Amino acid sequence: MTLLEIWTLRKHYGPVTAVDGVSLAIESGSRTAIVGPSGCGKTTLLRLIAGFEAPDGGSITFDGALIADERSQIPAHKRGVGIVSQDGSLFPHLTVEQNIGFGLKDDAADRKIRISELMDMVELDRAMLTRRPDELSGGQQQRVALARAMARRPRVILLDEPFSALDTGLRVATRKAVGAVLSAAGITTVLVTHDQAEALAFADQVVVMRAGRFAQVGTPREVYAHPADPATAAFLGEAIVLAARLENGQATTMLGQIAIHDRNRQGQAQILLRPEQFSILPHQGTEDSASTNFTSGIITDVDFCGPSCDLAISLDKNPDFSLRLAMASQPLFEKGARVQISVNGPAHVFS
Amino acid sequence: MTPRPRRSFHLSWVSLLAVFFACLALVPLGFVIWATFATGFETATTLILRPRVAGLLMNTVLLIVLTVPACVVLGVALAWLTERTDMPGARLFSWLSVAPLAVPAFVHSYAWIGVWPGLNGLAAGVPISIVAYFPFLYLPVAAALRLLDPGLEDQAASLGLTPRAVFFRVVLPQLRLAILGGALLIALHLLSEYGLFAMIRFDTFTTAIIDQFQSTYNGVAANMLAVVLVLCCLVFLGLDYAIRGRQRYARLGSGVARRTSITPLGPMRYPALLLPIATVAFSLGIPALTLGHWLLAGGADIWRLDAIGLALWQTLRICLIGGLATTAAAIPIAWLSVRRPCAKNRLIEGCYYLASAMPGVVVALALVTITVKVATLYQTLATIVFAYVILFLPRALVSLRASIAQVPKELEQAAESLGRSPARAVLATTVRLAAPGAAAGLALSSLGIMNELTATQMLAPNGTRTLAIAFWALTGEIDYAGAAPYALLMVVFSLPLTWLLYQQSKKIAGR
Repeated sequence: MTLLEIWTLRKHYGPVTAVDGVSLAIESGSRTAIVGPSGCGKTTLLRLIAGFEAPDGGSITFDGALIADERSQIPAHKRGVGIVSQDGSLFPHLTVEQNIGFGLKDDAADRKIRISELMDMVELDRAMLTRRPDELSGGQQQRVALARAMARRPRVILLDEPFSALDTGLRVATRKAVGAVLSAAGITTVLVTHDQAEALAFADQVVVMRAGRFAQVGTPREVYAHPADPATAAFLGEAIVLAARLENGQATTMLGQIAIHDRNRQGQAQILLRPEQFSILPHQGTEDSASTNFTSGIITDVDFCGPSCDLAISLDKNPDFSLRLAMASQPLFEKGARVQISVNGPAHVFS
Repeated sequence: MTPRPRRSFHLSWVSLLAVFFACLALVPLGFVIWATFATGFETATTLILRPRVAGLLMNTVLLIVLTVPACVVLGVALAWLTERTDMPGARLFSWLSVAPLAVPAFVHSYAWIGVWPGLNGLAAGVPISIVAYFPFLYLPVAAALRLLDPGLEDQAASLGLTPRAVFFRVVLPQLRLAILGGALLIALHLLSEYGLFAMIRFDTFTTAIIDQFQSTYNGVAANMLAVVLVLCCLVFLGLDYAIRGRQRYARLGSGVARRTSITPLGPMRYPALLLPIATVAFSLGIPALTLGHWLLAGGADIWRLDAIGLALWQTLRICLIGGLATTAAAIPIAWLSVRRPCAKNRLIEGCYYLASAMPGVVVALALVTITVKVATLYQTLATIVFAYVILFLPRALVSLRASIAQVPKELEQAAESLGRSPARAVLATTVRLAAPGAAAGLALSSLGIMNELTATQMLAPNGTRTLAIAFWALTGEIDYAGAAPYALLMVVFSLPLTWLLYQQSKKIAGR
């Protein structure tokens, strides 16, 4: 069932169009990630859903009822949409308990019970209830912010880059914890982030946003393996885009013949390869010129980054072309080493 | 070459200077304590526990209890209207809410008497105090409103709070420190103000001490009134400290603050103008009306250029000397409090604030008592400048601190690595770059000195006739027309300094 529906939504600030006519349907209980570079309009879109901004065109429907269009908007405090922001936005003048209970009625009989429940849900020690926000670590602050947003049992929670202020290790742990809590509560979640790995790992539905528009909407595997265009491909992960000639389910490229899915496509096109499709092995013996299974080359540059290496390989057949890709580190990867490159699996063809 | 313990010499002489000035600044407080003991317990209790003191205490308490809350309501309402709503002319009214500071408090009194000659007592004291002092509350509250994280208000709305509830549960609590600071400043001003209340014949401790001083020069009775006055000040300082506690309302997280949101007033957009317009009418309109009336009525006759010129020259000279001395005295502690923040230095800094909270009349009384014993110092320029340093040092300190904090410490280290000694490195980098802050500190302390009446008339060298003293003398002779040019000059010279204060408060808030 569609819970939240956005239809040709537009918002501009002066001459700058932040959101440019986007449409999206979000299923009840699903997790959606809106991912894009900074300034692409993703935060504005979130603020439009939350009711902090009014759209200039289009509409937002929540559970079948119109909540915002260009003429009228239901104010934020009546929408019942929870939000967790980048820095948590905890009220600095209130304790953890007062923060979590902020949206609850002061005289509610189950107030204390509900707050304790929420503390357990986000796995915080109840001893922290009397602390002030500045006495908590960044990860704890985000957990309190999540508990506070969940206190009123909203059907949708918006997460505005809630993990980006945390350290790398803590970021993954907090993301998993938040995802688990929200799934357990059956709350529909919309995450905004500029981190593509976070978006892919978190969501059922990924929306790639660029310059106010949706470049692509799909499942994480779909958008990663079959991106709509080279820019989307590059944004979602390292992309090797090659010119190719298509024929009978095979693409002929400077890396040799590579399989493609679509047998019907013919002629010139661009194809996408991901680094994990490459195998790089030591060069063995003389090259069989008739073989199209691998290409040989020389490593011209290596940046050793620990678990991975950024390689630049110049191809024997085409010395002017430098293939750049990151691979899991091997002792083999030394400057000047001769290697042979083979490509596995089908390549994605851009339309 | 043997290695030397790093910085030890350098650190010690700056600290030494700071401690030395702090000791000097605490002289008036020490005097009050000394006076209590010297008077003896029995004499002191008979002088303090009498109906006259009870009456003064009643007046003071009533004045503060009525004025400060009214200033809080007015200041917060104006700050909210000018900073956070779409009220027409918000920028203009923001400046006009600070401008009354350019009118010395006793000129406010003079102006109200010009319009309503019969005004006197508490009924006059409260409204005049409100219009003279509410900007002390407006300034910090408006600055705090600009600094608030708008994310918190969005957050509260998403948790189901109406805009009204957001204001009372999220905005107002975060303004608490600004309100508290402004309220304390107003309370201390009410305790130490002389001219405003003397003109409308409303007795406070300060006016009573000066009456005593003028009748029985250096009397024990005046000293004992000063003891009670200082106790009142300490009560307010203690209250402020207790309420403020150790709470910090620092912004959490590192996100970039969005521009604060503007609340549309809807149909109230134009009716809302009534509040700022009424405030401006009373706080600026009345002084303008009275001054205009007397200047027109007096015509050319009241412009006795020789006397006015002399007063202007003396005022500017004393402002410059006093301002320079104040700023110079603030440099050591300003540098220490930014570069070496530790408990010891915070304590020294606290001494300066405590000293400046002493009413001008107490500072003057202390210095009179001490300097008459050293005949060469009594009523000299050195003594009055010393009083100004005690009274106005925090004004210079605040500006200096802010600008020193903006100079990266790495610059000092870079200069040292290029071969300068630590002291020279500070001179070549931080002192040079903090010059604008020093200039602002100079201007702000000069503003205080220009409008200072109490200590000036008790301590200044014989024959000194600053604008404030000349104005006061002429109004004392009921020559209201003759006093008008002096009042006008004080306002004209204070206006640019007040503008500076306004700009500075905006800059601190990052705009």
